[in-house]
Parts: sequence; structure tokens; C-alpha cells
Amino acid sequence: MKHLTEYRDGALVRRVLDDITRESTRPAVLMEVCGGQTHSFVRSGLDRMLPETITLVHGPGCPVCVTPLEVVDRALALARRPEVIFTSFGDMLRVPGTDGDLFSVRAAGGDVRVVYSPLDAVTIAAENPDREVVFFAIGFETTAPANAMSVAEAKRQGLPNYSVLVSHACVPGAMRAILGDSHNRVQAFLAAGHVCAVMGYHEYPPIAREFEVPIVVTGFEPVDLAHGVLTAVRQLESGRAEVENAYGRVVSEVGNVEAQVLINEVFELGDRVWRGIGMIPASGLHLRDAYRDFDACARFDVGAVHSEESARCIAGEILQGRRKPTDCAAFGTECTPENPLGATMVSSEGACAAYYRYERGPVCAGRVP
Amino acid sequence: MSDTARSPDRTCPLPLPHHDRIVLGHGSGGRLTADLVDRLFKPRLENPVLREGDDAAVVPAGALAESGEVALSTDAHIVRPLFFPGGDIGRLSICGTVNDLAMVGARPAWIAAAFIIEEGFATEDLDRIVRSAAAAAREAGVTVIAGDTKVAERGAVDGLFITTTGVGLVPTGRRSARANRVEPGDAVLVSGPLGDHGIAVLAARGDLALQTTIESDTAPLNGLVEALYASGAAVHALRDPTRGGAAAALNELAGASGVCVVIEEERVPVRREVAAACEILGFDPLHVANEGRLLAFVPEADVDRTLAAFHAQPYGAAACRIGRVEATPAGRVLLETGIGGTRIVDMPSGELLPRIC
Ligand code: SF4
Repeated sequence: MKHLTEYRDGALVRRVLDDITRESTRPAVLMEVCGGQTHSFVRSGLDRMLPETITLVHGPGCPVCVTPLEVVDRALALARRPEVIFTSFGDMLRVPGTDGDLFSVRAAGGDVRVVYSPLDAVTIAAENPDREVVFFAIGFETTAPANAMSVAEAKRQGLPNYSVLVSHACVPGAMRAILGDSHNRVQAFLAAGHVCAVMGYHEYPPIAREFEVPIVVTGFEPVDLAHGVLTAVRQLESGRAEVENAYGRVVSEVGNVEAQVLINEVFELGDRVWRGIGMIPASGLHLRDAYRDFDACARFDVGAVHSEESARCIAGEILQGRRKPTDCAAFGTECTPENPLGATMVSSEGACAAYYRYERGPVCAGRVP
Repeated sequence: MSDTARSPDRTCPLPLPHHDRIVLGHGSGGRLTADLVDRLFKPRLENPVLREGDDAAVVPAGALAESGEVALSTDAHIVRPLFFPGGDIGRLSICGTVNDLAMVGARPAWIAAAFIIEEGFATEDLDRIVRSAAAAAREAGVTVIAGDTKVAERGAVDGLFITTTGVGLVPTGRRSARANRVEPGDAVLVSGPLGDHGIAVLAARGDLALQTTIESDTAPLNGLVEALYASGAAVHALRDPTRGGAAAALNELAGASGVCVVIEEERVPVRREVAAACEILGFDPLHVANEGRLLAFVPEADVDRTLAAFHAQPYGAAACRIGRVEATPAGRVLLETGIGGTRIVDMPSGELLPRIC
């Protein structure tokens, strides 16, 4: 924990904030890509300590938020099957599908289990040969290596009763889609440090060049985030649009090559639907042919799922940085963590959840009203 | 341990009934039940009222008449696993009720306990749990004067459930501590580091690759509360932050009293290992359960004597001040973060779920 305390050092953060305030002379819209960064900003109060020139918008890097509703509905249908043990990261259980969530399936008798690692799901499959074990393989490049490893391991063990419901997303495609949209407001990206730790950042220079935006690889602690903002501001102020690494203690340009090999062994890049955003080319991972046997969608016929989004939810626009959670009329009224209309209100990385949890209403204490 | 065959004083020292597993018959009310009660429960929880063996425990009314107020609390205890580092369901069930009574300023006096046992439960484990409950009761100075056992079919209960009901007496002249008595200008104190119980239990489940030496803080806190009153501090409110953690407890008090509670992040005591586990799992230590900690609200002027009183007690050695109470925004809990920002501290929403990455 020592190193964490160091990167939460209040005095250091305030020094960087002073630099940002001094150097930022014109309005700038910055997007932090990852929902973990959003939460760290809001949770530490750093977002409200930035000078008024800087507007933070919150990116699509929340795996739970961008998992398409049809996939959530398919998960619910699979989890309801009596022969299935449905395994998932805990975060997914509260995500509302068209009718209910995995918690409600569990309450109604479905065998839904939270696992902490996809390999735990493989172990469950090995221990329950008479049951079908389905793992909900969602996430970004960060979880892809472990999810890939579970499939490879199931194949190695010859487990006929393990399969995965895959909904994997890749960040660079989404960044392109946001920048290429006619409504785009994003002038600089704070790229997701954890994703870059796996993938490196060699994919970014073409994006920075093509769209003329600074891309700063940024960590998650307040000191890291403040540094990321300062680096982006300096580029914008001096008219540069480069890829810079402000998270060098964790990220290298090439990333974790071993993990990349594992991902490529099991998955291939393809188009993908993002919840609230739509189809984005080359932004998802799909099982390669050699691993098709492990595709839960191919193994089980769940019939046609009829999915219907809440008409009130503007999460798609929030995930693209066009609006903020507080711009949503349902925020905190019809939509709360207990009664969510969208996934961004329940995910631990969702922007609506961050605003609801940490800064709804007045956050300034006083003696007398 | 009421409705059983009379067998006065047969506190057989033989440790266990002859079945090494609990069978349905142990809950039938017949000879097997009597056997279990007489040979396992009664000797462990030994006291004159229990020994009487009446359908209801009978206590002299004198103690009640001499008190200002009477406090009553009931609690159902479900915990998985039943044994965890630093405690077990037996100790937990006694401490939970003792603490609920102590948190209004009452002196816990009597407890009634009901054990709902799953068929097939190891008698030896039951024995360990009852011994542990008895030890906790002795430590807290309460007597278990009534009880009941039922055996449920295999699968109907997850091992063992215990419910405990307790009666406590607020001494005449003592102003009870209440959720709606927090005032602007109060200081907020905590009796020790937060989150130990929740993380210890989670790690003990073994389904997390979480290696930790953290022990649950399960403990009776009535000694701490008595020391606090004895110090002369004006106690406005007390709360043991169990399920939902400190965040839930503080929100409840802020809401009930219509005040704003402001916590300073840097002052909140959290063990390094608990902080590390929370970091990995994406939990807020303020949301994690405690079973042997209390939050105290006293006027600013009484902070020193409160801390002195706590520090002299075994369960208050690490007590510290963590915040203050302001008037507005009413009903809110705010946290001043380590970097100088401010955010709200919300109630946790439902079950704590580990994050994805
Ligand atoms: S507040 Fe709720 S309804 Fe509004 S965008 Fe967020 S998740 Fe959707």
C-alpha cells in the first residue's frame, strides 16, 4: 500500500493542480476513457478541483455499461436453464436486462455464481461434469487474457461442459468512433492505463495523427490523473497532438506481449455492438474457429430474445462524452442504483453510479443554512 | 431450553450427547432434545434461571423497576462460514445483541437464544459454537436465560442459524443514546480500525484468492460504553457499524438527526491489509461490516475524556476521532478526501460485489 499512499499524496496533487490552473488558458474538453478513472476522479473529488476551463467527460471504458442489452438478455435466458451453472463477475449481476437481472434469476432458482477469476469457472466445470457451466466473458483488453486462458484451459482439459458467453470490447475502435462522430466534443484523451498495460500504446499514434488529438496514457490514482490532465493541457496549449505516457511506472509501449499472444490465440478482432452506441467496426473480440465449440451461443438455443432499452436512458450519449449523468432527467429520480434504468447506474465503473454515489446534491458542509 | 423434560442439575460433564451428528429427533421435543439441552446447552450456558427449566424464564422485577428505561433487541444471525478467524456464529450472536443494547446506553442483562440446526450438523461443531457463545456472554456479563432448539431438514438451513433477543436496562438518570440526538458541533469518534470483520469473513470463505491474516473484530462493546458514560461525557449517539459498514450507520444517524456528518478520510483508521483487500476488490472500507466497533457522537468539549476512557479499554485502544457534525446539508454524510476534495458517502446499495478489473 505504500506506493498507493504516495500516489494519493494531497500536497503533490495540489502542486500539479496549481500547474494546471496556471497553464490552462482556454476551454478544453478531456475524456478519461476508463470508468475506473471516472470513479477515481469523482471519488477523490479531483474533478471538482480542476479549473473551470477544463471539462471532463466520461468515456466508454466500462465493460458492464457497454455490454449490449441483447447479450444481457441472452445471459438471463442461459442462467434460467436448469442444467446450467451460470458464472459471472459480480459486477454483472445487477445489470438490468429487459426483464430482470441475474440476481432475480438467482432468486427464482437459477444457479448463478459469482467468480473472481474465469479459471474458477473452469474448476466448477471440472467438478460438475453433469452440469453445463457457462462463463460470462465480458470486459476490455484487461480481462481478455484471463478469459482467453479459461477457454484454452478448458480445451486442454477436454472439458465438454464449459462454454463462454463472449462480449469483449477493444478500446481503440471506440476512440475512433467517438472522434469520428459529427457531435464529438472530445479534444484530448486520457487513455486507460490498465488497458495499455496489456496492449501497450503503439495503436494510438495513428489515431492522434488522424484526428489531431493528444492521447495521454494515464493511471488511476489522484496523482496519476492530475498528471494526465496536466500533460494533456500542455499539449493543447502548445498545439501538439501526440501520444504521451504519463503512467510509465506501469505501462510500456509494447505492453504485455505474453498476454497479447494469449488473446490472439483464442480471440480475433471483429465488429461489435456497444450498448447505447451501436455497431463499431473492429472494436470487439470474438472466439476463433478453433474455439467455436466453447461458444455458449452456439451450444444453447435460447430462442429469440426480445430486448427493449429504456427510452429515458441517455447512457449511450454519456459514454461518448456528449452529455453528463446529471443531464439525464431520470438521474437520481426514476433511475437509482436500487432501480436502475441503465447499466451505467449499477456498474462499479459506470459514470452515473459515480455521480450518484459520490456527488449528488450539495457537497459543501456548513453550520447554518 | 424451555419445553424440555425436567432434569434439574443434571449438568453432566460428559461433553457430548451420544450422536456425533444432529438428527431430526434432536428437535422433536422428546428425549433426544432433552438430552441435547441437558448435556450440551445447559452446562455451557450455566445459570440459575436456565436451570429452572420453565417454559419461560422468570426474573425478579426489581432490576426493571430500578431502571430508567428498558431496551429490547432481537437479531437473526446467518454467517458463512460459521467459524472464521477471530470468531464464530456463537460469539457473533451474543455480541450482536449485546452491542445493539449497549448502543442505546443500556446495560445488557438477559439474552434468549434460538438455535435452528441443519440435520446432520456435527455435534462437536455445535458444542464449540455454544461454548463460544457462553464465553462471549460471560465476557459481556449477560446471562442466557431462555432458549430453544429446532432441527430443520437437510438443505433447509445452511448449517446453523441463531437468533438472539436481549433485554438491557438503562440506569436511572442516564440519558439514553439515540439516533436522533446527534447535534451540529458534535465530534465523531470510532473505537478502532474499520472493515476487519467483513474482510476476515470474505477471506475465510475461500472463494477469493485473498490471503490475509486479518481477524474479525467480533467483541462485546458494553464495557466500552460503560467506560464512556463513567467518563462523564455527554453521549449523544452510539452506533455499531455492522452490515453496511460505517457508511450505512453514519447515513442513518445523519438522517434521523437531520444533520450533516463530515468525515476526514485521512483520519479513518483502516488496517493496511484491509485497505489492500478493498483496493483489489473495489470495496469502500466504509461499506465493509464490523462486529466489534462503535461510532460515538459526543460534544466537541468531551472529545478528550471520551478518548481517554476508550483508550483504557481493551476494545478501544485504537480509538480516534474521525470527523465532525455540521448543520447542512441535512441528512448527508460527506467525506473530505486525502487530496482535499469532498464527496458524499452513500449507503451501500445491496450486496457488495467485487469489480471486474
Ligand atoms: S441516470 Fe440512469 S437512465 Fe440516466 S443515463 Fe444514467 S443509467 Fe441511464
